Amino acid sequence: MTDLVNAFAAAFHLVLSGDRGLLEIVNLSLKVSLLAVAFAAAIGLPLGALLAIHKFPGRNAIIILSNALMGLPPVVVGLLVYLMISNSGPLGVMQLLYTPTAMIIAQTILITPIIISLARQTLEDLHHEYDEYLRMLGLGPVKRAMTLIYEGRSSLMTALLAGFGRAIAEVGAVMIVGGNINHVTRTMTTAIALETSKGDLALAVGLGIVLVTLALGINAVAYSVRAHPARGL
Amino acid sequence: MTHPMAEIDKTGLATTNGPAKVLPIIARGLIVSRGGRNVVAGVGIRIDARPRILVILGPNGAGKSLLLRVLAGLVTPESGSLSWAGSPPDRTRAPHIGFVFQRPVLLRRSALDTVCFVLRAAGGPVAIIPARARAAIEQAKLAAHVSCPARQLSAGEQQRLALAAALALEPEVLFLDEPASNLDPASALEIENRLIRARDNGLCTVLVTHDLAQARRLADDIVFMHQGRILARAPAATFFAEPPCAEARAYINGEIVV
Repeated sequence: MTDLVNAFAAAFHLVLSGDRGLLEIVNLSLKVSLLAVAFAAAIGLPLGALLAIHKFPGRNAIIILSNALMGLPPVVVGLLVYLMISNSGPLGVMQLLYTPTAMIIAQTILITPIIISLARQTLEDLHHEYDEYLRMLGLGPVKRAMTLIYEGRSSLMTALLAGFGRAIAEVGAVMIVGGNINHVTRTMTTAIALETSKGDLALAVGLGIVLVTLALGINAVAYSVRAHPARGL
Repeated sequence: MTHPMAEIDKTGLATTNGPAKVLPIIARGLIVSRGGRNVVAGVGIRIDARPRILVILGPNGAGKSLLLRVLAGLVTPESGSLSWAGSPPDRTRAPHIGFVFQRPVLLRRSALDTVCFVLRAAGGPVAIIPARARAAIEQAKLAAHVSCPARQLSAGEQQRLALAAALALEPEVLFLDEPASNLDPASALEIENRLIRARDNGLCTVLVTHDLAQARRLADDIVFMHQGRILARAPAATFFAEPPCAEARAYINGEIVV
């Protein structure tokens, strides 16, 4: 019990004093996850809109696949990316293994299906509601899709936050392709796993506190953007 | 508001701001099926600038709403032909048809932004859009709700806003699909009065309804539909005084028409 109290006390001290090592890890984690969300949004939102609006052969198969991939195990993604970018892999010449870029690629693969599926569902509902109306105004397919994305902005923001939540809390994929190298690829989750195994509970708990605080913050933002349309805007 | 489409030239086409874009709307032999049944079964119809309010009347399931969507270019018929002002329908001319749906379709924006969006979508000078939108909202007696989220207005106010947005486009023809069927009598009356004012200003209106009383109040001309076909077209006074077919007579008499 004393160990636990001491660990928490040391952890709070690390967090409140702005420990440089801790900040470096938090900074890298946020950078990797936010970039992964940005790339996943750039791929997932247009693809989700395409699946929502257009009927084409193979559409249902893609929907089933993207829904299934929402539950993709991170270690499997990590393994696949590892096989692609390791020295003997097809992308080995790019020397991406054990770099933040490799971690961003793995997390992008992990969260893109989440954004595709949630965006598709949101935009499909809006498409049913607004399609005739927007066509009656003479809008072309691109403007109609952009209008739907704007009208679904709060739900789509929630989809992005769900992707970010998955990325920032993920450990398996970034451990495999990042290697948990100090000052290079060490993220909050991989550091927690390492420090716990080493018995340095203060840093592990400190990082845990930051991670939980981030999770609470994400949920607060998600709740506030969901509450906004409840007021009708 | 004086509607710009107030003049009729010698050919019967509406004119004022240049040549007509959509009128006359001429359909021949339209067939649309749903679930293996011809919901619109060989319909031919012509819509000119006159009469001012054409009511498409008939029991539920007669194919009225689907016909309206076909005429608006929203649904492509399986066979038959449709022309707007002498050429096939195309997206760019769609804003010349104002369309008010049975359930008002409103964006997740304020009342003002909703009308501004409609005007922006239709093109035209951007600088005057907010002023035009405000004027349309004031004419709909919704000035007090200009900043309110459109979807938080009452059902009647929402439909008035949808009508205001459609009229703000200054369309050549206004299509309405049972616009008052979900409204209380006072709200329905507001809508009807607005339609009468628009008609008096020269707007051609096509109204789909199964409400006989509403048809009596508004119609200049009546098209009676039953089982996907047009059984009769007549001036409203004639239609009600001397129903032109047995089905119309039964419908007017309140009998169940199947």
